[in-house]
Amino acid sequence: MCAAVSVLTTLGIVVVLLSQARGFFQEVSLVEFFTDTRWTPLFEQKHYGILPLVSGTMLVAAGSALVALPVGLCTAIYLSEYAAPRFREVVKPVLEILAGIPSVVYGFVAVVFISPIIREIFPSADVFNAASASLVVGVMILPMVISLSEDVLGSVPQALREASCALGASQFETIVRVVVPAALSGIVASFLLAVSRAIGETMAVTLAAGATPNLTLNPLESIQTMTAYIAQVSMGETEHGSTGYNSIFAVGISLFVITLLMNLLSQWVLSRMREKYE
Amino acid sequence: MTDHHPNAPLELTRATSNGPLAEQVQAPEDLDRHDGNVAAPAVERGQASMITVSDLSFYYGAVQALTDVSMRIPPRNVTALIGPSGCGKSTFLRCINRMNDLIEESRVEGSIHIEGQDIYSPQTDVVELRKRVGMVFQKSNPFPKSIFDNVAYGPRVAGIRSRTALEEIVESSLFQAALWDEVKDRLDASALKLSGGQQQRLCIARALATGPEVLLMDEPASALDPASTARIEDLVSELKEHYTIVIVTHNMHQAARVSDQTAFFFEGRLFEMSETAELFTNPKQKKTEDYIGGRFG
Ligand SMILES: Nc1ncnc2c1ncn2[C@@H]1O[C@H](COP(=O)(O)OP(=O)(O)OP(=O)(O)O)[C@@H](O)[C@H]1O
Ligand SMILES: [Mg+2]
Repeated sequence: MCAAVSVLTTLGIVVVLLSQARGFFQEVSLVEFFTDTRWTPLFEQKHYGILPLVSGTMLVAAGSALVALPVGLCTAIYLSEYAAPRFREVVKPVLEILAGIPSVVYGFVAVVFISPIIREIFPSADVFNAASASLVVGVMILPMVISLSEDVLGSVPQALREASCALGASQFETIVRVVVPAALSGIVASFLLAVSRAIGETMAVTLAAGATPNLTLNPLESIQTMTAYIAQVSMGETEHGSTGYNSIFAVGISLFVITLLMNLLSQWVLSRMREKYE
Repeated sequence: MTDHHPNAPLELTRATSNGPLAEQVQAPEDLDRHDGNVAAPAVERGQASMITVSDLSFYYGAVQALTDVSMRIPPRNVTALIGPSGCGKSTFLRCINRMNDLIEESRVEGSIHIEGQDIYSPQTDVVELRKRVGMVFQKSNPFPKSIFDNVAYGPRVAGIRSRTALEEIVESSLFQAALWDEVKDRLDASALKLSGGQQQRLCIARALATGPEVLLMDEPASALDPASTARIEDLVSELKEHYTIVIVTHNMHQAARVSDQTAFFFEGRLFEMSETAELFTNPKQKKTEDYIGGRFG
């Protein structure tokens, strides 16, 4: 029943996106959409190349993953393998609270506190930049990485740890050689989920990363992500039905496809691991 | 009776700061005075002791699982531990390689010496200890890795990198565990694809690969069919040429077949211990007789 509802909802969304995007693709060719390196639907000189938005999205996703994955995994390992159970019981609910902080707060923190520090260190950095957005989005998805990875590590049977220790492995060797590899598929899945979340994040990046579609890999520049563009146009004064307005559906479809690919990738990783070990 | 322990001088020097221990080492007959605790007969005959357990008590939090267990286990010899479920056999076994260290809020009293070394002293390197004292667990627990990687795990942890050296160790360990012929063509297959009996023998091979002196086996044949059980029993008889083996079993016939001496545990105490033939034909305690006769447990 629940499955049916969610499948129907998803289908409905896809249908709406497709039908709205059709209008857009009647005006703009797929070739331009995928190869043009400028995205300027709201200017006089209109260009509809999605690459700058995709690169902006990926830059923030990669940057936040760089922050959240190592820190998250290490924290999860600490909590699951080293911390006293009582400490763990206190920390887990605190993580849930952190995960509940509204993302606009993170965006505000990025603009008011993080960005000035970055500009202090790198004077060439823009006021709104991908780095500050990446940092706060990384911190935002951190509780999710910690919580999911900790669950996975905790579900590794104690018997495997005992087997390893009984063979003369230290606790650290046991973690590196047995516990993490045994939990790897789950850890990867939690990573992908967290990165999907980072890709979908809107508010913090709208505030922090700027509104300048920009095909760059430099995190110090101002960029725009796909979600931030959709938010900007939805709330702006762009005339309904115009090509500029319809472009958000094309961007939406692209975002949908990227997230879908991420999910398929995680499914594939998981099934590959299962094949190997089950 | 004189003590012919090879490490006796060492033990005595350490024991100067530990009066009761010195007494126990010098006068094993003292052990007999603890209610029901008996030294191993082979040791009484003057044979050296590989493992000397003195007044061992163990607590899981507030629950006491072992009470004042004293025992001497001679080298290259099989000692069977029998007793009803929950009497502390596994707990006792896991004290010998300090596996119980992993359990939160557990506590040990008394001492265990292996070749004269107090394994619970602060100077003891637990990791080194576990390399010398191998363990096969009650439930087989292969790693979710290939057959080769399972057996090579211990040697790799010990720092062996050379592929040829690892291959040699893996082959000889699997051979000793009577598994080589069945798996030699699929060493790269997942260990989880093996049958239950094969997994148990793999765990034995894995324990042998670290080159231990003592092998602790917790019901290694509990989940196996008669053919696999017979193989493991043969294996134990062969391994005893090189290893000191302590084996937990619920199967009286198995204890009688494979062991040189048998220890009967009851409610966390060592109730009676003697040569296996003696214990089974002529038990001194009524409880032992009842248990062996299948009247409880
Ligand atoms: N991790 C643990 N935490 C708390 N109590 C435990 C733990 N493991 C065992 N015990 C308790 O200690 C006692 C001895 O258990 P142990 O596993 O040593 O028995 P056993 O003789 O091996 O039994 P079996 O033949 O069923 O394997 C039991 O009462 C058991 O409930
Ligand atoms: Mg047991």
